Amino acid sequence: MTASPSAGVGRERNVSVRDTDVVLEADNLSTYFPVRTGLLGGGSGAVVKAVDRVSFDIRRGEVFGLVGESGSGKTTLGRTLLKLVDPTSGAIRYLGRDLAPLSEREMRPLRRELALIFQDPNASLNPAMTIVQGVGHPLRIHGITSSRAQTRARVAEMLERVGLSPAENFLDKYPEDISGGQKQRLVIARALITEPTFVVADEPVAALDMSVRAKVLELMLDLQRDLGLTYLFITHDLATARFVCDRIGILYLGQLVEWGRSDTLFDDPQHPYTRALLDAIPLPDPGRRDRDKRLPRGEVPDALHPPTGCRFHPRCPEAFEVCGWQGADLIDFLEDRWTTVDADTFEAESAATGPLSGVEVSRYAVRFPAADASHLLPLLRDLRDARAGRVFSAVDDVTEDRGGVAVTFRDGPEPALQPVAGRQVACHLHGVVAREDSEAIA
Amino acid sequence: MSRKAGPSRLEHALRPWRRANRMARWLVIAGTVITLVFAVLAVFADQIAPYGQDQYRYEVAGAPVDDDGDPVLESIPRRAEPGAGFPFGTTSARFDVFSRIVHGARVAFGVVVLSTVVAMGIGVPLGLISGYRGGRVDRLLVLVMDAVYVFPPLLLAIIAAFVLKEYLDPGLPSAAVAVGAVYIPQYFRVIRNHTLSVKQEPFVEAARSLGAPPRTILGRYVFFNVVQSVPVIFTLNAADAVLTLAGLGFLGYGVPYPQAEWGLDVSRAISDVVSGFWWTAFFPGLAITLLVTGLTLVGEGLNDIVNPLLRVRGYTGKVPARKEPTAEATRESDDEDITDLAKTGVV
Repeated sequence: MTASPSAGVGRERNVSVRDTDVVLEADNLSTYFPVRTGLLGGGSGAVVKAVDRVSFDIRRGEVFGLVGESGSGKTTLGRTLLKLVDPTSGAIRYLGRDLAPLSEREMRPLRRELALIFQDPNASLNPAMTIVQGVGHPLRIHGITSSRAQTRARVAEMLERVGLSPAENFLDKYPEDISGGQKQRLVIARALITEPTFVVADEPVAALDMSVRAKVLELMLDLQRDLGLTYLFITHDLATARFVCDRIGILYLGQLVEWGRSDTLFDDPQHPYTRALLDAIPLPDPGRRDRDKRLPRGEVPDALHPPTGCRFHPRCPEAFEVCGWQGADLIDFLEDRWTTVDADTFEAESAATGPLSGVEVSRYAVRFPAADASHLLPLLRDLRDARAGRVFSAVDDVTEDRGGVAVTFRDGPEPALQPVAGRQVACHLHGVVAREDSEAIA
Repeated sequence: MSRKAGPSRLEHALRPWRRANRMARWLVIAGTVITLVFAVLAVFADQIAPYGQDQYRYEVAGAPVDDDGDPVLESIPRRAEPGAGFPFGTTSARFDVFSRIVHGARVAFGVVVLSTVVAMGIGVPLGLISGYRGGRVDRLLVLVMDAVYVFPPLLLAIIAAFVLKEYLDPGLPSAAVAVGAVYIPQYFRVIRNHTLSVKQEPFVEAARSLGAPPRTILGRYVFFNVVQSVPVIFTLNAADAVLTLAGLGFLGYGVPYPQAEWGLDVSRAISDVVSGFWWTAFFPGLAITLLVTGLTLVGEGLNDIVNPLLRVRGYTGKVPARKEPTAEATRESDDEDITDLAKTGVV
């Protein structure tokens, strides 16, 4: 127990970490990707905000976990921190030095200290290089070794270190000759052979078998202790994150919704999304079989048109009036409702609203131009009064409008991160704090 | 490098061959044998050919000596039928057809090699750069190459030969460059498209994350994963190059007469055919057909070997272990084993 880094040992290391010793800091970091449309690729000016104004810091010697569903931007954030993707705005401070304005050429020498461990070991090793060439290549790129014999010796040493021994058996093989778990050890060896300070591990065990997973994780923690590494550990698996991470940031649609020490986050999650993720962890406990899992409803929304206000509000079980309800949410509500009511009700209600494709939807209003006002007006008012859906909490008024029916919505600001019980949470449930840098809503 | 490195790499290079299916291997072997026969003719032309390519007289042992002391030469007979002295017969210009075919092999191989060097030397680097850099460079190069590509090969070769007349004397090098120009777009396209896909592989981003400069990434990570498609284009193009060269020669834009070249010989033999001398056109034509067939067989075979998607299951070079038709085997087997099970009567 004492020798091997179990979950407990993993977290206790944090005690000795000095709070001020920040290795890497993201300051209001954004990465937007332009969306190309049209034949000529002229672009509509639309952007996908893969990472949107994210700020956090990573301290020396810790494992910082970045957790989120697929499409949350966690991989893009990891790559942006290493400048493999150029940030749109904000700063990446590595040991106090801002990496964001550096060119690729200026970054190259720094890559010796910033390493990346890939998710898929089968694709991240060059199939045309032998193991000694592939793992030893960083040494040659950075001029760390000058002769082949020297490189070979260093690679052999590193292979033994990641548990590929006897190294002599592996050196002249090709990646296709060895197993997935061994390949991932190679990827780790390649990343760590230059003795980096900061390592981004992008789902390093997601592609591995369960049995191999634990071993690779333990190896990573062993190496962290021996080499004094700092990890950014990207994963979608909270159970793994709990095992390895000192602190955790939960990412949703490119924004941090909650971050803090992993034990506080796990024991007492404060953001509904974190709670939902924790509820989704399967536990082998038959007593929990019928428990109320507050899993998020539906799918992650389209990143090209993220919801206004709090981005989680359409899926949030606790969303209320200030969470940023908008016109589109009412349409979603109606479509959802019609899948549950009987056929007659559906016929009557859809006749009252007119075709949904003709409805004019904006941030603060929905107008049903083809509506039968005499039916729709009372229907919507009843639904509102009955609080049939959470969206109605933000409905300001339902009026007759130029022969149709208009529904207006209240304002809902984007939540800012606020300190709650020892961690940062972006949720209005803990008091409405609007982001100062909130974008103007068109 | 240790002693072990050499054999291990050779073994790695030969692996696709051992995994290839039997058909592909036979294609390559048959094609290689045919091609090698012509290669031997080309290399040892002077030793193999009984006469020179434009020799019309020969020395006879014990012949009388003329005034200067030189032996009096006997003329090669005109239009001799294939027979003992002249296995493929002779032409109306008293040339030995067999000797001209042997010397023609040398021209064909010379042109194939030189034109390939030209086409590869230009097409491969441009394809790599275009695919890797992308953007405007890529668009411009693709446009230029496509513009070249739309010309029919022979027409393009004629244009190239015409232009080259200004700079090079007609002969093997100019014919080779003219033929080579035709194949630049093919190398370019294949390499560029392959580079585009390899560029997306995580190991290329891994190289970037290790701090490798673009030149190293292109040279060590992209090139070696793209280069495997070159032998396929090479052999298929070589076959095509032989045809293009013959076409050029036939039209009179290739190597100048009386140098031996198969296309040229066929063209000069057309009138003979009408008069009943079939051998002057037949044998050069046969040579063209055989060499093209040989090279194409190698190319098609290599294509199967290098492109793993075409590999047929069951010819992996290993004998698959036979499972006993037990309940366990039925459960474990997936669709790959359906044929196996069908044989053993479980399905």
